[in-house]
Amino acid sequence: MAILVDGTTRVLVQGITGREGRARAALMREYGTRLIAGCTPGRGGETVDGVPVYDTVAEAVEVHGGFDASVVYVPAPLVKDAALESIAAGVGLTVLVGDRVPVWDVMAIARAARSAGVDFIGPNTLGVLSVGEGVLGMIGGRAESARAWFKPGTMGVASRSGGMTSSTGYYLSRAGVGLSTLVHVGGDSIIGLPMPEVVTRFQADPDTEAIVLFGEIGGSQEERVAELLASGAVTKPVVAYIGGRAATSGVRFSHAGAIVEGGRGTHEGKVAALRAAGAVVVDTFAELPAAAARLVRS
Amino acid sequence: MARLPEFQGKRILAAAGIAVPRGEVARTPAEAQAAAERLGGAAVVKGQAWTTSRAGQGLIRFVATPEESAAAAAAILGLSVRSFPVTEVLVEERLAIATEHYAGIILDDRRGCPVALVSSRGGSGIEEIARAHPESVAELPFDVVEGLADHAARELWRRVGVRGQAQQRLAAAVVRLAEVARRVEARAAEVNPLVVTPEGRVVALDCRITVDDAAVFRHAELGIDVARELDHPPTRLERIAWEVERDDYRGTFYFLQMREQFARGDRVVAFHGAGGGGSMMAMDALQQQGFSVANFCDTSGNPPASKVYRAARILLSQPGVDAYFGSGSGVASQEQFHSARGLVKAFLEEPLAVPAVVRLGGNGEEKAIEILQGCAAELGVPVECYGKDTPVDTCTARLAELLAGFEPPPAQTRPPRPAPARPYAFRSPTGDITYDHAVCASCASKACVAACVPQILMLTDDGLPVLKVTVEEAARGRCTECLACEVDCHAHGDGGGRVDLPVAGLDDYRRSRGME
Repeated sequence: MAILVDGTTRVLVQGITGREGRARAALMREYGTRLIAGCTPGRGGETVDGVPVYDTVAEAVEVHGGFDASVVYVPAPLVKDAALESIAAGVGLTVLVGDRVPVWDVMAIARAARSAGVDFIGPNTLGVLSVGEGVLGMIGGRAESARAWFKPGTMGVASRSGGMTSSTGYYLSRAGVGLSTLVHVGGDSIIGLPMPEVVTRFQADPDTEAIVLFGEIGGSQEERVAELLASGAVTKPVVAYIGGRAATSGVRFSHAGAIVEGGRGTHEGKVAALRAAGAVVVDTFAELPAAAARLVRS
Repeated sequence: MARLPEFQGKRILAAAGIAVPRGEVARTPAEAQAAAERLGGAAVVKGQAWTTSRAGQGLIRFVATPEESAAAAAAILGLSVRSFPVTEVLVEERLAIATEHYAGIILDDRRGCPVALVSSRGGSGIEEIARAHPESVAELPFDVVEGLADHAARELWRRVGVRGQAQQRLAAAVVRLAEVARRVEARAAEVNPLVVTPEGRVVALDCRITVDDAAVFRHAELGIDVARELDHPPTRLERIAWEVERDDYRGTFYFLQMREQFARGDRVVAFHGAGGGGSMMAMDALQQQGFSVANFCDTSGNPPASKVYRAARILLSQPGVDAYFGSGSGVASQEQFHSARGLVKAFLEEPLAVPAVVRLGGNGEEKAIEILQGCAAELGVPVECYGKDTPVDTCTARLAELLAGFEPPPAQTRPPRPAPARPYAFRSPTGDITYDHAVCASCASKACVAACVPQILMLTDDGLPVLKVTVEEAARGRCTECLACEVDCHAHGDGGGRVDLPVAGLDDYRRSRGME
């Protein structure tokens, strides 16, 4: 069922005693996520809504056994250490929700994850949601909203924009296109599981029939998805929208991480690469649900 | 200003052991003349501006005498780049050049690590070099912790055909450049050209370093006052906005000006987005209706109402905008009534005198729409609010319709609020909250107590709203600045509650633009 998270995923929340950590842990549980424990340095022994809190991730592992995923809610300057802690404890997937994490910290996290053979998502991600199974992060905001907005089905969604992950899921569901998993890969330029990685997992997932991409100007993720399509590594149909047509060169739009540098990562280049590889690329976001519906029904 | 000026970058290179030309920064022709005298007469005068191909724009001039240096500086200091004036020149010694090369450290989103990039050719842009002479360019990813090894750097230069002593010296320079990039946490550190002199010295003639905005907080030594990647030096309003963001970690507030010079009737819109992706889509939709945006703005990541309020105040401090348009992704995870309250407070204080269309779809949107629509009658201008089932294109079309039939209301002035007769006051994390208990005593609704999102208010036996947490707890963050105690009190109660949220420097700025 789905990718990255399902109803059996054993989940830890780092920073569970903070404002965001506490609120989002509640969302995750209410949606059905199997939240086992939390971690906040110096707060071991407390509980948050009945969830036991430990001083270190290693201690939580000693008590409960290994975790499949950890969702990290700590301020940006502390994300590196929290992520390295999760990786060192062997957690399979670390979700870095924090915004404004220094990029050299992210590269250090990436190095540690590579050598440990584990994955991370983000930073600057809204997270992952498998419809009716579980959520890592804050997609949907409230459990009842997430249930109302996202209907089950076979469309996988990968997005570079957090807000547009929810929007895409909502408008697809409203158009009768049900969803397997929604993934916000994170808004930064260097991230743990970029779109090509997520698309590869959707390809391997028997419950996903087709894939929707919400892309943006800047970087090379969309072009790399096009390479996967062109090489035959991905055979499931893909429909994409690329935002940022009106953006001017050289301007970075907040935490979207979208930047055009010297002709690389342009709107036209991404659209052309995806179309040449056989993907459907819609010109306006409003066309996306209907285009996706055609893929699933055909 | 996360891009470092050339002269600052060169100081960092020099401290790291990479040779740079002798030189001085000058801000007047007289300073440029004195600098050239100290350099021995002949010099090169370089305008400090964030642009490529400076020579072609007249920003780099070679001079033979101190007098020519003064004249060159006078010419360059009169120039503008993208409408922003050049305020500094770098006066440097002229060096004889044997060969020109390129060295850069960039970050590779594909591999998630830093990459050293070199070329045996230099001078023109590296992308043009790579297109025209791909054999002259080599790159090598390196370990973020270990850094760039000396042998790897030598191999890089060998691959592009550089041999002998130059190979070793250029390798040493690129290894040091990698250390600089890691130490200042650069997104990019480039030297172009990196030259070899006839005597065999390796010297960096130019330097472009861009520091990661997110890392600026731990690099006080760089003196970066606005950690934003702009294509121009920060404007006054951008500095004001940056201080709001710097001092408040809750959520994200991003503001940049796209244009400063425009007037009523130019169809320029104050744009308030939420989330990068949704904002870009909204700007695309505005463009399709023939609007342009005065600014880019993003309040997202679950910001408090107070931050949205400050953002709106800053947006409305751009004289000449024809309308206010807000839209994010349309299906926000955050509770949208926070944004609605922030906007209402700003609109009423201004008071808003142009049409506004705001799309606040997502959690709590019904309440958000009710709060925002409620202020329209009082303002006498159209304020429309939509939720997730109204596409952004419909909202921009609606804005165009509203503007077409719009008659500006007679100028209103904000009546000064009377001083409270019986003040009850406490601090919030970034402001002051004051109740006039003389007003509250007769208020029938007591709307504030029910509407307070963190539920920190209670009524005394006399029916007066007071804190049920300590003032210290309120100031430390139990008060989340949801603004219900002012906005809901204004709408449903007798108006006894008010929240003062200062924006440092904004009043001065508005006076300077003729707005107060």
